[in-house]
Amino acid sequence: MKFKFLEHTADIKFQAFGKTMSEAFKNSALAMFNSMYDKKVKPVKKVKIKIKGKDNENLLYEFLEELLFLLDTKHFFLSSIKSLKIDKKNFKLEAEMTGDHAKNYDIHIDIKAITYNEMFVKKIKDKHITQVVLDV
Amino acid sequence: MQIKKISENIYEIPKTGCMNVPGLVYASEKIMNAIKQDKTIEQIKNVACLPGILKASIALSDAHQGYGFPIGGVAAFDMKKGVISPGGVGYDINCSVRLVKTNLMKKDIEPNKEKIVNALFRKIPSGVGRGSKFQITRPELNKLLENGAQYVVDKGYGVKEDYLHMEEEGKLPGADASKVSERAIKRGLGQVGTLGAGNHFLEVQYVDEIFNKEIAKAWGLKKNQVTIMIHCGSRGLGHQVASDYIKKMEDKYGFKDLPDRELINAPINSQLGKDYYAAMAAAANFAFANKQLITYWVRKEMKYLFPKIKIDVIYDVCHNIAKFEKHIVDGKPQEVCIHRKGATRSFGPGRKEVPATYRKIGQPVIIPGSMGTSSYLLVGTKKAEELTFGSTVHGAGRVMGRGQAFKTIDKSKVEQDLKQKGIKLKSGSWKTLVDEAPEVYKDIDEVVKVVDELGISKKVVRLKPLTVIKG
Repeated sequence: MKFKFLEHTADIKFQAFGKTMSEAFKNSALAMFNSMYDKKVKPVKKVKIKIKGKDNENLLYEFLEELLFLLDTKHFFLSSIKSLKIDKKNFKLEAEMTGDHAKNYDIHIDIKAITYNEMFVKKIKDKHITQVVLDV
Repeated sequence: MQIKKISENIYEIPKTGCMNVPGLVYASEKIMNAIKQDKTIEQIKNVACLPGILKASIALSDAHQGYGFPIGGVAAFDMKKGVISPGGVGYDINCSVRLVKTNLMKKDIEPNKEKIVNALFRKIPSGVGRGSKFQITRPELNKLLENGAQYVVDKGYGVKEDYLHMEEEGKLPGADASKVSERAIKRGLGQVGTLGAGNHFLEVQYVDEIFNKEIAKAWGLKKNQVTIMIHCGSRGLGHQVASDYIKKMEDKYGFKDLPDRELINAPINSQLGKDYYAAMAAAANFAFANKQLITYWVRKEMKYLFPKIKIDVIYDVCHNIAKFEKHIVDGKPQEVCIHRKGATRSFGPGRKEVPATYRKIGQPVIIPGSMGTSSYLLVGTKKAEELTFGSTVHGAGRVMGRGQAFKTIDKSKVEQDLKQKGIKLKSGSWKTLVDEAPEVYKDIDEVVKVVDELGISKKVVRLKPLTVIKG
């Protein structure tokens, strides 16, 4: 399982999983876009990003926020993540992604922001788990 | 957990642990049971622990779990010892509602519903990925952020009477565009005059019932008269301002001792506290300007269809905001920093903040219902100033999460219900129908009944939708 949605009265709450932290981050991004649109998105455009954080949670927050920023300013809607590397020591992240213009899809939810509410980035045995609540 | 019923519709959460003040919930028994189902009570208690909080951590009858502060929450802080918190305002700064009246009657709209909904949907950008047609340069956006709806009116998109009938006259004082980050500005540039998605909407409605003839008359409303309601906020710009300052406050003050990272705050008097207020006020002004531009387009489109139409703003209220206001605390007037997160100001007669034309009566309080249900126009009261720092509810408030909604609600039944009620709806996505179905919200009639019984705002008229646009 890449991610699952948890019940929340007003906002969107999910957990994402991975064998590595990078994979869990990747799946967190896919979960966020899946909450807005759950069918296939064409890989028309390529985008590269570099993010710097202060701790694991902040790095996840900054990464997801960058994707919202690209959605608001460039209408970039995520299709897939080709590569995602995390420098765990320095809380740095680099990702290469594909996506399409948002207007081509029937998107029903406007994610307003990432929140720190109940957020975690954890390793349990061999599994990396993230939890995020999105403000909608 | 101990919750005491202290009188009809008032519940107290006694002071325990780190709480500086008790918690107070203004709700009926039925609503209280719904509120107990999620983390609302825990969040009310967390807010009560913040420094400088005055009297009580308050939740109203539309309350539900938020992040940090609950939605439907009100908290006032001492100006010297207190704090200001981006999580106490919310990410959608000045998510707010405007109500305008027209000189049309329900019978004028009935045969034209399809035409109206199509025209407004075409003209007013809504949903995700549909930017604004309104082009604005960077220096002009700075002026807009500092002058709100007044800037837009000065550019010719409205009349002075429009902003005279808005909370803060459509311009929250103290806004400083230089405190808004480059990222927030970039998100805002393409979004002036856009509705957004989710619970934001634009409805053509009619006056279905009048509860207070005198006030309805004073506000120029009669039975079956057509009104238009616009619900939206500060879009990506406001969301970014909140994120930016949450991060800045974390860097400065740390978050290790907080029960929830979203409760991060800064002393009102600190540089960072002042900077956040100035940026938040700028975002609030973006929201006022946003609705002013949408109002301009509504006027234009409706004029094509009804050449003799006249549209006047009744009022425009903030739902997510922090402000400096004078209130009576321990018998003495005191300036406080009030946070209303999913709550509406509800000032009674006499307050200078209420527009001159309404000052003898009290301010109009606009409470939108959920999709396809009634909305209400109420009047602010002195009682609200006594009980809730001049605040009342902001809407129905959700009770059901999205996952459950998709599992239990049948889309075709929602469509049929709307059709039966004669409501024409247009939305960017069919999923909105399920996600925003009336069942996922509390019963607006019950929520409004509680505030009316409590007297923290009194019913004036009920409005019913004819056409709805959802993002």
